[in-house]
Amino acid sequence: MTTHTLSVLVENKPGVLARIAGLFSRRGFNIESLAVGPTEHEEISRMTIVVNVEDSPLEQVTKQLNKLVEVIKIVELDGSGSVNRELMLVKVRADAASRGQVLDAVQLFRAKVVDVAPDAVTIEVTGNADKLGDFRRVLEPFGIRELVQSGMVAIGRGPRSISERTTRPVSVPVAAGSSA
Amino acid sequence: MSQQAGASMSGAQSLIRSLEAAGTENIFGIPGGAILPAYDPLMDSSIRHILVRHEQGAGHAAQGYAAATGRVGVCMATSGPGATNLVTPIADAYMDSVPIVAVTGQVGAASIGTDAFQEADIRGITMPITKHNFLVTDPAEIPRTIAEAFHIASTGRPGPVLVDVAKSALQAPTSYVWPSEIHLPGYRPVTRPHAKQIKEAVRLILDARRPVLYVGGGTIRAAASRELLELAALTGIPVVTTLMARGAFPDSHPQHLGMPGMHGTVAAVAGLQRSDLIISLGARFDDRVTGNLDSFAPGALVIHADIDPAEIGKNREADVPIVGDCREVIADLTTLLRTESAAGRTGDYEAWVDYLAGLKKRYPVAYDAPADGSLAPQYVIERLSAIAGPETIYCAGVGQHQMWAAHFVDFENPGTWINSGGLGTMGYAVPAAMGAKVGRPETTVWAIDGDGCFQMTNQELATCAINDIPIKVAIINNESLGMVRQWQTLFYNERYSNTDLDSKRIPDFVKLAEAYGCVGLACEAPDDVDATIEKAMSIDDRPVVVDFRVHRDAMVWPMVAAGTSNDDIKYARDLAPKFDEDEL
Repeated sequence: MTTHTLSVLVENKPGVLARIAGLFSRRGFNIESLAVGPTEHEEISRMTIVVNVEDSPLEQVTKQLNKLVEVIKIVELDGSGSVNRELMLVKVRADAASRGQVLDAVQLFRAKVVDVAPDAVTIEVTGNADKLGDFRRVLEPFGIRELVQSGMVAIGRGPRSISERTTRPVSVPVAAGSSA
Repeated sequence: MSQQAGASMSGAQSLIRSLEAAGTENIFGIPGGAILPAYDPLMDSSIRHILVRHEQGAGHAAQGYAAATGRVGVCMATSGPGATNLVTPIADAYMDSVPIVAVTGQVGAASIGTDAFQEADIRGITMPITKHNFLVTDPAEIPRTIAEAFHIASTGRPGPVLVDVAKSALQAPTSYVWPSEIHLPGYRPVTRPHAKQIKEAVRLILDARRPVLYVGGGTIRAAASRELLELAALTGIPVVTTLMARGAFPDSHPQHLGMPGMHGTVAAVAGLQRSDLIISLGARFDDRVTGNLDSFAPGALVIHADIDPAEIGKNREADVPIVGDCREVIADLTTLLRTESAAGRTGDYEAWVDYLAGLKKRYPVAYDAPADGSLAPQYVIERLSAIAGPETIYCAGVGQHQMWAAHFVDFENPGTWINSGGLGTMGYAVPAAMGAKVGRPETTVWAIDGDGCFQMTNQELATCAINDIPIKVAIINNESLGMVRQWQTLFYNERYSNTDLDSKRIPDFVKLAEAYGCVGLACEAPDDVDATIEKAMSIDDRPVVVDFRVHRDAMVWPMVAAGTSNDDIKYARDLAPKFDEDEL
């Protein structure tokens, strides 16, 4: 099993997420991570889906995804040719005695404190999955009180865009009943 | 009429206007609360609405109509239970690629999500079983949505599209503008096959020694029968037609080996199994065709042509994938093969053709007449085919009667066989026959049905009798759920758990038919079969139901037991043909 990152451009319409999530589940694929958000085009949303599958079932699920009317384009991004990031917010126990050490860790990982309470700090950190995992292990001894993590977002390196050629909608003349 | 300022009307009027504009001539449906506003303008419409007795009947009728005419079938139902009753036909249409549009009413937009009376999330429910579906809450979106629904249902790989319209959108004032174009950036079906792939396919065809044309339902949907005949005639390659493709190639043609699969002919099963090149045309390597996939056609290369790229390589790896419309693919193959042939390059398949012809002769589809002189179901279907002829449309449900019909009806024309293949929906035949008869009123339509299937949807006989839709129904009454019983006979030590329907006693099918305003006939002696069928053929002012009371122990042969290899096909019980030992 290998991890694959799919960038899926979809029409920004209600129900698209349900269609895609449903397709993965009924064809027996487990989504490891999913992030959805707007793109530079108002009518297009972009999903970054991370799945753990063999190559040949991945081809099948990609073809099935392509059959969804609201899916415009699917691109698989490989690790070295793309930049990928996740965001984590973590609330760590930090009293007067330990706060210094926690802040050292924040520095080392180029993270950021976003909230401070008398006995806890909340930290924001971005990076790839490895970095976030390392940071979490460093914080664990202090006591993690709460943790939330986003799905991964990814973008290909270099000047090319996967969404620029999809802005032009394809028009189909209405075949039947033009008499109306 | 300008693009901006359309005609003022209600959403309901806009819906009916849009359906008219999309070319709808018939709708099968039942009104109810949420869809009620649409039924008012329907009274003044050119569209004929046929009031069915159950929404499942509406859905299957739309399928039968679509299959018989090649046009989009339309069914309509209200929210909640009306919509959920359409789920089975929608799933059936999805499996068998039947172009239908289902229009359902939904509770008012403000009530969606509140568990309102007769609310069901039919768009969510049908997501996995539709090609696409819509929920419309803005009346201005109605025309565009209907135009898109018809376009999606009928192009590419055909399939069902559901349009759920909120009651509030039907009631609201709107302006009607039929779009001149639709924008579906994510929907671009490929119909033109790639020339490079055609060239590669032709190379394999010329190199092969044991090729077979594996013809599926896609050739029916693509209306590719004429092109298929040309390809077969040019190359001499043997042909098998799947359950969904019966009629795509004439049964009387000497190259035709019959139907492959679990209940396929020995020649058709061997034709795939021992082939060195399978040319798959609009077929999908369904488990009912391949049997155990690992041992299916082990020596064959595969050319897989389909309009749906997701079918290619799904079950069996393709050596030459071709995405395209079957008719264009076949025509392109023929053109290039003709050029090659003119240059003196043709395939050499003589030994293979002789071998398969030998198998076809040695193992014809046959049956033994019951020793007690009772009626053989196969005989009934054989005579029905002989008397009603190859122009008749035959519809079937699911089970033994379906397999016997697939084998013993002589299919010579595409579009004359309408059955539930992929989903295997019992109760399909009567409403599908109704829809087919509405679409092709000049054609005789026979439903060949089982006594189990018939009891699932026979309420539509009322619809047929009242609306002058004179279908004919042959009930192959073996008073049991015959196919399940056959499995119990073969695999469960003849322990007949819950398969006895007692339907030679209850209900009285003749009286039932008469109660529904149909002519009811019964037949249980072989000598009466012809006269009974001829009598049924002579009645055209009412539906006719014939209760053929047949021998209950008849079984469907040949058979490949589920999950086993096609090599283990049985010609009859405990009789294995030895096709793999023959010299080639």
